[in-house]
Amino acid sequence: MKEKLTSLWQRLFGDSVRAFGVVSLVFLVSLAIAPAKNFFSEWRHYQHGYLRMIRNRSDANTLQRHFQAGIQQIWLPELGVVDRCTSCHVGLKEASLRDVPVQPFRTHPVIPHKLEQFGCTVCHRGQGAATTVAEAHNSTLAWEQPILPAKYIESSCGECHRGPLPGTPQLNQGRNLLSRDGCVHCHMVRLPDGSTMKASDDPPILSHIADKTTREWIYAWLKDPQAYAATVTMPNFKLSDNDARDMSAFLIANSSPLAGDTVTLSAKASSDPVAGASLYGESFCASCHAVQNAAGNMVGGDVGPELTRVGSKVKPEWLQAWLRNPRAYDPGTGMPHYRFTDPQVATLSGFLLAKTDSDLLANVHLDASTPEQIAHGKRLVSDYGCASCHEIAGIKKPENFAPELSRIGSKPVTQLVFLPGMQHTLPDYIATKIKQPRSFGQGLKMPQYTLTPMQIDALTTALLALNDRSNALPPSLAVAAAPESDYQPAGKAGKLMSDLACFSCHRINGHGGEMAPDLTWEGSSVQREWLVQFFKNPGTLRPSLIRRMPRFNLTDTEVNELTDYIMTVYQNPGIDRDSMPLSGYAQGQIELGKQLLYGKYSCQGCHIVDTKTDKGYIGPTLTDVGSRLSAAWIYQWMKNPQALRPGTAEPNRAMSDEDARALTAFLISQKGGAAKEVAKK
Amino acid sequence: MTRYFPNPVGTAALGRPSARSSAAALAGAMLAIFLATSCSRTNQSAPLPKPTAFGAAIVESNGGKQFAQTGAWLPQPVVVQVNDEQGTAVAGAWVEFAAAPGVTFDPPKGLTDTSGQLTANVSLGGMAGRYQFTASTLDKSQKKVQLKIEEIALGYQQTLGRHLNDLYCERCHSPESTVERVSNFDNLEVKPHPFTEGDTLNKISDADLTAIISHGGPALNKSPLMPAWGNTLSRADIQALIAYIRAISDPPSRSAGPTYAEN
Repeated sequence: MKEKLTSLWQRLFGDSVRAFGVVSLVFLVSLAIAPAKNFFSEWRHYQHGYLRMIRNRSDANTLQRHFQAGIQQIWLPELGVVDRCTSCHVGLKEASLRDVPVQPFRTHPVIPHKLEQFGCTVCHRGQGAATTVAEAHNSTLAWEQPILPAKYIESSCGECHRGPLPGTPQLNQGRNLLSRDGCVHCHMVRLPDGSTMKASDDPPILSHIADKTTREWIYAWLKDPQAYAATVTMPNFKLSDNDARDMSAFLIANSSPLAGDTVTLSAKASSDPVAGASLYGESFCASCHAVQNAAGNMVGGDVGPELTRVGSKVKPEWLQAWLRNPRAYDPGTGMPHYRFTDPQVATLSGFLLAKTDSDLLANVHLDASTPEQIAHGKRLVSDYGCASCHEIAGIKKPENFAPELSRIGSKPVTQLVFLPGMQHTLPDYIATKIKQPRSFGQGLKMPQYTLTPMQIDALTTALLALNDRSNALPPSLAVAAAPESDYQPAGKAGKLMSDLACFSCHRINGHGGEMAPDLTWEGSSVQREWLVQFFKNPGTLRPSLIRRMPRFNLTDTEVNELTDYIMTVYQNPGIDRDSMPLSGYAQGQIELGKQLLYGKYSCQGCHIVDTKTDKGYIGPTLTDVGSRLSAAWIYQWMKNPQALRPGTAEPNRAMSDEDARALTAFLISQKGGAAKEVAKK
Repeated sequence: MTRYFPNPVGTAALGRPSARSSAAALAGAMLAIFLATSCSRTNQSAPLPKPTAFGAAIVESNGGKQFAQTGAWLPQPVVVQVNDEQGTAVAGAWVEFAAAPGVTFDPPKGLTDTSGQLTANVSLGGMAGRYQFTASTLDKSQKKVQLKIEEIALGYQQTLGRHLNDLYCERCHSPESTVERVSNFDNLEVKPHPFTEGDTLNKISDADLTAIISHGGPALNKSPLMPAWGNTLSRADIQALIAYIRAISDPPSRSAGPTYAEN
């Protein structure tokens, strides 16, 4: 063996000439490695593949002309972008390559931004400077940021766009859930603009809970909120029987009675289900509250709590007091003060109390509570942070109860704990944490939420958008959200409007719900007499809508106060009501308007003007529009509806002044004569 | 550590003839990872149950032809049913889903329930287009019986178009009513074309669709009941709407984009 080695040495390095030759050869080979590596690099293969692919296409010349060989780079120092993705993704800007089956050559889908302006990694993450597939796309030991899976891509829109966008439903939904499901009660989310994300839910006050419900119900609720109602957002804390027993004991013991939580009705609680159902329908309770029907479907809105089993929850006296005036128990509630008469309260409470579920409390048997149990219950209520969401007498709202999430979208993977079977990426960590928060270890407090896979993805998307880049964005790139208005009307009428909870459904000056029409310019829009009648007896304006304005049994004084306020305050400065009369238009002009309406503009597709012939029911019925709207409003509406009510479905027809005037003349002549005469008879 | 491959649809389709071995290695690695990830999820809790019955046919009972954003879960789960020769539902039969990489099923396989059905949530891949996948079961002779299901993934532009469709178009153009949204379709003397009606809409060019949307039906001698939207919608809005219409048409439009099927 040794001899063989010696002879080899002799052959290679035996004399100086041989040694020089061999060493030169070794040097040459090692020098050749670098260019060879470059020559055999992945990106070069892709570029060759691209050229081969386009060779036989009819547009080969154009594509060939656009093609640039070598490593391509987009450098945007302001954004910290050094992206070489276009070295392999050669055809991103070639519209004709949109159907190419092989990546990386396909055209980028149409988006509102330019590649040169933002690069690739701003949206897709990944390592822009890398020139191999693995390093660019995947999480390796040296690189933190893998490519963002396509399902979370909208989170990148959210880095700059702080408000909702029409093209990013998932991001919008996620942000809504963060505030609607109450995540931000416990988790602080400081937005890049410096404001703090606010919760939009309204968890009930628990300081007077004993007036409202029983300890047994609280126990069953704490054990499994979804057993009471499938749609509730209260999460499941996975409490043991004893913990639920002690917490319910504490909440009852801690509750103080509220004056007025019991009322004596002049009428006895009625159990007439037909009258009850019809009052429930007439009052449009279902606009906000849902009830599960026999087929298991939810019928009704999601503004207020679900009422499927409400009879198993509330005490009759409390319900009656609540129906009489909900604001006495909860001054901030979104429920209107309906001004029901005593017999109405009796009928409606009887109807609601019959909505029971005998299984709910069948197995709940609680002995009288002991002081130790109450004390233990109080400790648990503090430990679980109940007061983060609910107002509870004697328990302070905890500060920073859960980790802050303001930059969760940039959390380094090295700081995360993964469960077996998980992908070791931040998105998978966030999604799993939302899906099964307690699976990450013993003693964790985050409760179990009931969320669909879509909701989990939406929340993950919204959280990924809260990252370092969104917080360090050049100000020129940030697109601010529309500021949330806290508009409140003043004076007596203002008080009346909050008593009637107008803002639960209507929006005025940027504040309020979106269920019902925006009333910001209502004073310019309607005629006073019509508004008075509408308050007294709200009729049907849009026949296809199931959610309508309820009747509030207002007194004449209240109606006048509201009407006066609306007619004087909610005026559009661009509309002069007196500029156009409500009658006296030339017959010829009226006729022309009618022709335009049925011919050129074909309004009957969506509106009913003549009940005998027209069927369209997307827009409001126009049979009595002449006694409802002001002429000046109709005219301006014809000219540009979106200017008066942004987002309305009425198309802007760019009407000439002449056409708009003729249509106004015709519409203002529609005073609902026929309908009124029928009513008189 | 499981290495993470982000865009399987893209990377799986790589064509690298001059480096075939490494492409094969890459494909192999990806296959291994897919197997590893898909098995680790289902295998960990309990071993897969054995089928107790065999069917003769597999049919779709719900969830085909849905639209969702790229990468997102379909709004409704996909429900397939296994039937025997007489067409009666078979409980306890084996069902397995297969699709192009990037499509995930939850669960990816399982046994049919007492009504002979298996329900799975499906999320589509990262590229806009049509996704074809198969649900298969075994018959008595252990032969595979397959069912093809197609779903549509919408990209950014199509999603924007869909949003505009919901706001402005759907009430007339879709004959379907829901409790919340009553269709106006039946009230119109001249019936609008539902946007899925590929037989008609595929024959209308993008330029003509743009003209009808911008200037109303009369622009192409059609009904004035279709109003002009050119002053309400921007050019980009109208392009987005057309992209949406092209994406969902049935039969598919020529410009609907690629179809992704199991390799």
